[in-house]
Amino acid sequence: MLPLIQREVVDYRKWIDETEFLNMIALAQAAPGLIAVNSAIFIGYQVGSRHIPAVWTARRLARLYPYLAVAAAVAGAVLPSFVIILAIAMLFASYNHMPAVEAVMKGVRPAVVALIAAPLLRMAAKANNPKPFREGGVLLLTWSLISALLIWLAHVSPVYIIAATIGLALIATFICERRKR
Amino acid sequence: MIYLQLFLSFFKIGLFGFGGGLAILSLIQHEVLTNGWMSETEFVDIVAISQVTPGPIGINCATYVGYTATQSVWGSVLATGAMILPGLIIMLAVCKVYVVLSARFAGNMFFQNTLRYLRFAVLGLIAAAALLLVTPATFIDTNSIILFATVFILTVLPQLVPAKQPMASRILNILSHPILLIVLAGMAGYIIYS
Repeated sequence: MLPLIQREVVDYRKWIDETEFLNMIALAQAAPGLIAVNSAIFIGYQVGSRHIPAVWTARRLARLYPYLAVAAAVAGAVLPSFVIILAIAMLFASYNHMPAVEAVMKGVRPAVVALIAAPLLRMAAKANNPKPFREGGVLLLTWSLISALLIWLAHVSPVYIIAATIGLALIATFICERRKR
Repeated sequence: MIYLQLFLSFFKIGLFGFGGGLAILSLIQHEVLTNGWMSETEFVDIVAISQVTPGPIGINCATYVGYTATQSVWGSVLATGAMILPGLIIMLAVCKVYVVLSARFAGNMFFQNTLRYLRFAVLGLIAAAALLLVTPATFIDTNSIILFATVFILTVLPQLVPAKQPMASRILNILSHPILLIVLAGMAGYIIYS
């Protein structure tokens, strides 16, 4: 997804430059929600606040223009998949009891589980970026394991895990920073 | 009121959904199964369809779940909109102070460490999402296990092949494409089970 956005927005339209694009990725990943949608919001806002048409400025609507651009960008990012999936959802609801469809899905289901699990190895290697095994890497991997077990076996909501992780990170950093002084 | 429930659940998913599509999948899974909007197999089917259709997997899932839970287009609109909303509010706030923020936060240890810790938590979330889907409904017999192992190995393999062999890694890259793998698994399923 990101290479596609880069080609369109940086190389072809030249709406933002390379550095801004990198900042955008960092912000879109740090903010909650979907990276593609967050990127669209960022680009929409930047483009909207730079290319305000004279008509809007003349009517003192210039302040609203970036929000319009954001709305357009978000709609563009969401609508294609929204429409396609909605059509499939409507169709699938009436076909999924057919024996042939059910047979196909029986083959697909274990494959989907594999597709969810397989990226884990690569992600685990990348999680410690930029250095491969920076201090606390093993402890953090243990935390990954604990959170997996809590969600899987104790049915703890992932929301609590995320909230706990943020709290843990802030406390750990606070202790580290104090020890440094 | 199912619409209110749908909105609250997907707002929560949007607010705590860090770390990309697969991590958000884990949040959607938890909400969907605890609210009883659909069964585990229905959820896996949705993930499969989300994988083979273009677009962000989170949007695909939200749209589908919204429709299935309410049997109406408005359910889709509400679920997708509610999921985007927290990110929209936060990103707009970030954009307003972007110039100041990017300079100050880039070196901030609290910010950097939180992102790093979250990357590890997301590993746990995704692992749990996969483990929760290992049920008798998805793994019906030994054929299922063979299919799982084949897809898993084909997906992991390109990372293990050294870059010295460009031909081999190119072939493996094509073979490990998720859409192709799902289509092949579907064909295998059709041959085995019908």
